[in-house]
This record gives sequence, C-alpha cells and structure tokens, in this order.
Amino acid sequence: MSWFEYLLPYDFSPLTLLAFLAVLVLYIRGLRALPVAERPGVLRVGTFLLGVLLCYAVMHTRFDYYSQYMFFVHRGQHLVLHHLGPMLIALSNPLPILRYWGNRIPQAASPYLAPLGWIYRVLQQPFIAAFLFVGLIYFWLWPSMHFDAMLSRQLYWVMNWSMLLDGLLFWWLIFDPRSPYSSGALSYGMRILLLILVIVPQQVLGAWIVFNRGMVYDVYEVCGRAWPMAPETDQLIGGILTWIPPSMMSGIGVLIILGRLLHDGGSVKPSSELNVQGTNA
Amino acid sequence: MTVRNATPSRSRRLLTTLLLTALLAGCSSGHDWNGKDISGLMPELAFELTDSSGETYRAEEGEGSIRVMFFGFTNCPDICPTTMARLKGAINQMPDSLQDEVTMLFVSVDPKRDTPDKLGEYVGFFGDDIKGLTGDEKTLRKLAKRYRTTFGYNEPDENGDYDVSHSSAVYVFDDEGRARLLLRSQLSRDEISEDLTTLVRETTG
Repeated sequence: MSWFEYLLPYDFSPLTLLAFLAVLVLYIRGLRALPVAERPGVLRVGTFLLGVLLCYAVMHTRFDYYSQYMFFVHRGQHLVLHHLGPMLIALSNPLPILRYWGNRIPQAASPYLAPLGWIYRVLQQPFIAAFLFVGLIYFWLWPSMHFDAMLSRQLYWVMNWSMLLDGLLFWWLIFDPRSPYSSGALSYGMRILLLILVIVPQQVLGAWIVFNRGMVYDVYEVCGRAWPMAPETDQLIGGILTWIPPSMMSGIGVLIILGRLLHDGGSVKPSSELNVQGTNA
Repeated sequence: MTVRNATPSRSRRLLTTLLLTALLAGCSSGHDWNGKDISGLMPELAFELTDSSGETYRAEEGEGSIRVMFFGFTNCPDICPTTMARLKGAINQMPDSLQDEVTMLFVSVDPKRDTPDKLGEYVGFFGDDIKGLTGDEKTLRKLAKRYRTTFGYNEPDENGDYDVSHSSAVYVFDDEGRARLLLRSQLSRDEISEDLTTLVRETTG
C-alpha cells in the first residue's frame, strides 16, 4: 500500500466526511470574519486543528481498519475520540468562533433550536455529564454490547460518534474558558471533583481487563486480527490503555484547572463578553 | 419562568425513554440460540464468486436453503479442517429430511494457491454438497469487510508456504439470505446441529 492509501478511509462514511469538513469550514470562516482583537492566536488555532485532525485520523483513515481488528488499537482510537481530541478542542477555546456563528442564527430558527438547548443543559448537569462520560465507556465495553458494536456497521459508527460527542461535551464543561465568577460556567471546585470522580471507574474497568485471565472480548478472535498477535497481549495492552492514560489526562486536567483557579481566584470581575481565560496564545 | 422550569424534567424523561428503548432493543430475541443471534446486525448475503468448476456463482443462486458460510484456505493446518468436519457432522446429525435444506459455503481467501480444482478436491473430501468458492483478492476483501472480518498473509518461508489469518467464525444465513447466526469456534457439533435444525424448522414450518 502506498502512503496515500493509508489516508483513505477504510469504511467510507459520507456523513463523517461532511461533518468534519463543515467544522473546518465554519471554524476558518468564523476566524477570518472576527476582528483581529478577538481572533484566537496561532497556538489556539493549531491546538483546535490538531484535535480535529486527530479525531478524523482515527475515525476515517486506515487507522480505523486496525481499530476494527485489534482490541488495543480500538482502545487507542477511543482514547483519542473521547479524551485527547475533545480535550485539545476544548482547550483551544473556540468560544469566539461559536459566538460568531451563534449570533448569526436567524431569530426565526430559535424556536426549533430550543429543544437542542434543553438537551444540552441537561447533559451538562455536572453529575449527569460525569455519569455519561464513564457510563458510555462501560456501555460500549460491556462484552455483549462490544461484540454487537464490532459486528454491526451501524452500531460501530454510532459507538464512535457517541464517544466523540460525549468527549466534547465533557471536556467543554471542564475547560469552559469563562470564569465561574462572572458567568454561569461550572465552579473550579466542581470541575476538579468531576475530573477525580471519573478516574476511579475507568481504573477499575481497565484493571479488570488487564487482570482478566479469560478472553473478555473474543470478537477480535471471531473476526480475525489485523496481524497475528497473541490475544492475551492484545487484551493486556488494550486494558492498560483503558486504565492509565485516562487517569493521567484527568490529572493534567486538574493541574490546568488549579492554574486557572490561582489566576482567577476569587477576584470578581465584571461580566464581559471578551473575558476569556487560560489558553490565550 | 414556568416553562423554563418544566423543561429539564421533560428532557430528562425523553432521555430516559431513549436509553430504555436502546437497552430493550439490545435484549430482544425470539429463540435461545447456542450461537450468537446476528439478526439485523449484518447485511444480507450478497456476493459474486467463482465456484470449484470455475463458474460464476452468486449468492441468490442458493436462496431457498440455509447457507452456512466459512472463510478459510485449503492449506490451513487446524481451524479449517476441524471446523469443516464439525459443521458437516452437525448437518449429518440433523433429522434426515432437513439436511438438504442446509448448504455449506467454503470461501477460500487464498486465491493464489487455491485454484478451482484444488478447492473442489478439498471440499469434496468433507462432503459432496459443499460449495467451494473463491475470487480475486479485491472481491474477497469486499466480502470479508461486509461481514466485519478480515484476513492477512504471513511472509512465505523458503518453500513458498505461508500462513493465512482469517475469521474463525461461521456465518449462518436463512433461506432468504438474511444474516441470522454467528457460530463461534467453541460450539460443539450438537449445539450447531440444534441451532441449524431450529432455523430450518422456523423457515420451512
């Protein structure tokens, strides 16, 4: 295979391609339309693009083939879709771009968009968000559910998209650039609590996979692996990827929030549309 | 204000309904199968391959009988011969009148070595009524991808022999070509026989 073929999707999904293209086009158009003072800097734009490209790469290139036929690659794929990618996107603070497009939604459309707003507010209730974040990992790794998801093309796409969307919701809640002192954003203490709360269940699941003597996910046995690898090794690496890196990311998240808390600590600032914290480059 | 207060609970109710529907949909099943019920999870049987007489063979030609499909290669040292023997044994164990309702399809994913002649000889060893099928690698990859499986070749040794990795599962399609069951390799002959008998009775009765 030539390098070019590695960039082509294993399983072409027009909807996925369109969604990613739409995000890029909207981001870049919004960026160019913003006044220079409000425009995110190079580092922030780079972080955003890196997050989006990472998610696209694991979903819609040859990487997806290996994710379907190797358990540990699949865990790596979800690590990017549910953790790393959305974390980078949230950290890049695309709020000015979101606001730019938000202001351009015609008044007439707002009644139709209202239900989306309600759903969003429910999903962003701190404990619902944390429950969903961990719950989805457990849901798709439930052995019988995982088996079905790897066998059914539709379920497989639903799985990957649900992980990505939930990752975006959760990490946006955590890294919301608005200060809790001047906006309705979640308090720093709550953000840290959520980050710590989600560590334990993920570690339990990862450790259970690592120390399981039997084959938990035999679908990779049934469907054939991408290359010959001992099933135990595949499961072991996959378990470690479920166990260690997510906890580390929670740890990094806590440090970032602590940093913001120190800079933002208690000083009540007037509410300002441009009050953007943390990741300004 | 009243509207605003009412909304979260309504959305929450909607969410609960959606989650419950999703959970229930995952649990529904008509029979207690020994194999894995894959109804609705996989697309119906469709392919155009070459049979052991070198003729083109399409999935539709087998409609009306239960199709049991297995991916393998004739040089396969262990999984293929044991699976083939177990499947054939399971079919032979079914009530006599039902045996003809089941067709075994052996798809070789090693077209370089498995010529139609060789394929015919191989499947003939296990039974007269087994259909040996193959195609070019592109066609085979498409078929494997359709059923969420893959295969790969190892580097050839000094004699030019190489190993082929492939799915260990057996796919069962009903008389109309709908995907019904996935038989894992640890199922016994009796369990397979029981499932196939149930399926034939369901479709003919």
